[in-house]
Amino acid sequence: MTAALHTLGVAELGKAIASGLTSSVEATQALLARAKADTLNAFLVVDEAGALAAAKAADARRAAGEAGPLLGVPVAHKDIFVTEDTPTTAGSRILEGYRSPFDATVVARLKAAGTVSLGKLNCDEFAMGSANENSAFGPVRNPWDATRVPGGSSGGSAAAVAAQLVPAATGTDTGGSIRQPAGFTGVTGIKPTYGVCSRFGMIAFASSLDQAGPLARTAEDCALLLSAMSGFDERDSTSVQKPPQDFHAQMLAARTGASAARPLEGLRIGLPKEFFPAALAADVGGRVRAALAEMEKLGATLVDVSLPRTELSIPVYYIIAPAEASSNLSRYDGVRYGHRAAKFADLADMYRKSRAEAFGPEVKRRIMIGTYVLSHGYYDAYYLQAQKIRRMIADDFQACFQQCDLIAGPIAPTVAWKIGEQGDDPVKAYLADIFTLPGSLAGLPGMSVPAGLGEGGMPVGLQLLGNYFAEGTLLHAAHHLQLATDFHTLRPAA
Amino acid sequence: MPLSLEDVNRIARLARLELSPEEQRAMQSSINDFFQIVEQMSAVDTSGLEPLHTPLSAIGEVALRLRPDAVTETDQRERNMANAPAAEDGLFLVPQVIE
Repeated sequence: MTAALHTLGVAELGKAIASGLTSSVEATQALLARAKADTLNAFLVVDEAGALAAAKAADARRAAGEAGPLLGVPVAHKDIFVTEDTPTTAGSRILEGYRSPFDATVVARLKAAGTVSLGKLNCDEFAMGSANENSAFGPVRNPWDATRVPGGSSGGSAAAVAAQLVPAATGTDTGGSIRQPAGFTGVTGIKPTYGVCSRFGMIAFASSLDQAGPLARTAEDCALLLSAMSGFDERDSTSVQKPPQDFHAQMLAARTGASAARPLEGLRIGLPKEFFPAALAADVGGRVRAALAEMEKLGATLVDVSLPRTELSIPVYYIIAPAEASSNLSRYDGVRYGHRAAKFADLADMYRKSRAEAFGPEVKRRIMIGTYVLSHGYYDAYYLQAQKIRRMIADDFQACFQQCDLIAGPIAPTVAWKIGEQGDDPVKAYLADIFTLPGSLAGLPGMSVPAGLGEGGMPVGLQLLGNYFAEGTLLHAAHHLQLATDFHTLRPAA
Repeated sequence: MPLSLEDVNRIARLARLELSPEEQRAMQSSINDFFQIVEQMSAVDTSGLEPLHTPLSAIGEVALRLRPDAVTETDQRERNMANAPAAEDGLFLVPQVIE
């Protein structure tokens, strides 16, 4: 096959392999060549030997009569998922050299579906960040403009998919870490309802918020991946007990009353006024409204709604997530795995020095904030109060979903900023998460869908949020927007 | 009330983090900056509300699953121990704790 294989998406590549136009080995070789030439610092590990062996195995499975849309399709994993075949770091020095004895459930399921892993992708340290500038292994560059950030924390995943180093990648979203980098790089990403994907083997940041999901170039590709990644897992105590779901079929299912010209007939999209503040960058607001106008043409109706505690979601999230992180990261003590300081006076000093030497500044800050808000005398005022406001935020969404089927807004207040531009001001970075945090706190499914280019020719993302388990409605709406428009086909100059 | 350097050191001790004097000052200033946006939380009336510890309890009761108390994992001792910074005879080594 002579068509450039790296330009094909997941569904296209799966079909090309199934029809014999190409093979998994040929596609894997073509993409490995691009991954090895990565100038964005998106890949932390390119597993050439492992990928070629997996591709050969996938071709053998095809030859033996097995089918499946993902059989032989290359992917890559955010380095927050533990993998048996390659090292796992979570973007941290503290796990440098760590080898997992097992695969994360998400990784194992994608392997079973026949995907070929090209390697591991850079991310913010322990997924803490919104720009991929907090990785111990250096920042990731945005393929649209190498002087800008790709977003975070799944910045390596987003950059690799946007730069066509791989057709799809896994990511995780705690406060927006799939949606925001997808938005900043012009790719499509979905964070499902909390509990839909297993957290087993996903290195824990904030356990009541962390969710896995795919980043790809279309809603259809996301649907194929999510079907394979998701489902009940006995090994995750918060895994939702539901039979396996076919998100691709849900995406294709026609709405009642829909027609070919108006596939979104009857779909009510709520626009929270708090998601369109006066301070929203004009290019972002303009592109988001233009994408919504396209959805109106397809039959959707726009309704005004309100999420009055949108601004409060920032302190609420940045209390709860660090609290859970300080607890989760207490396991890095230099005893069973990870970095241990070379010199120390006693056991307590070994803990303090090992952690001080190997955690980065943002991780230390969040451990400190979390330890403080959980400490005696402060727990009620901060942590408990945040969890109560979190319930109000979730209830606000339920009130909105009385009036609409989906909620829409921007992913972020601006397009991707320049690397280093935010300096050492963490609060400035936290404020930019305002539109993704409410959905995360409520545990709702959400997508980022490309909506065209804004300032500096940088991508703008449309955020769509659904009610619990409404992934099918989200994917259906995004799919029809992508059938009718070409925002998702825009690519950075090679 | 803003955190003092003493507060920062107390928290660092609890968190088992050694901070250099420069790190202590930077931490004090960035945490105090952050708590300026946290203050708005105290004005919210949350009386009578249950905390939302896990998201799906927003729409119904979430019960913790129990599994049968049976051995389901295979022995991975060697592969697990391989990640230890110091190990001997299948045991993790730590500095002497009891004199």
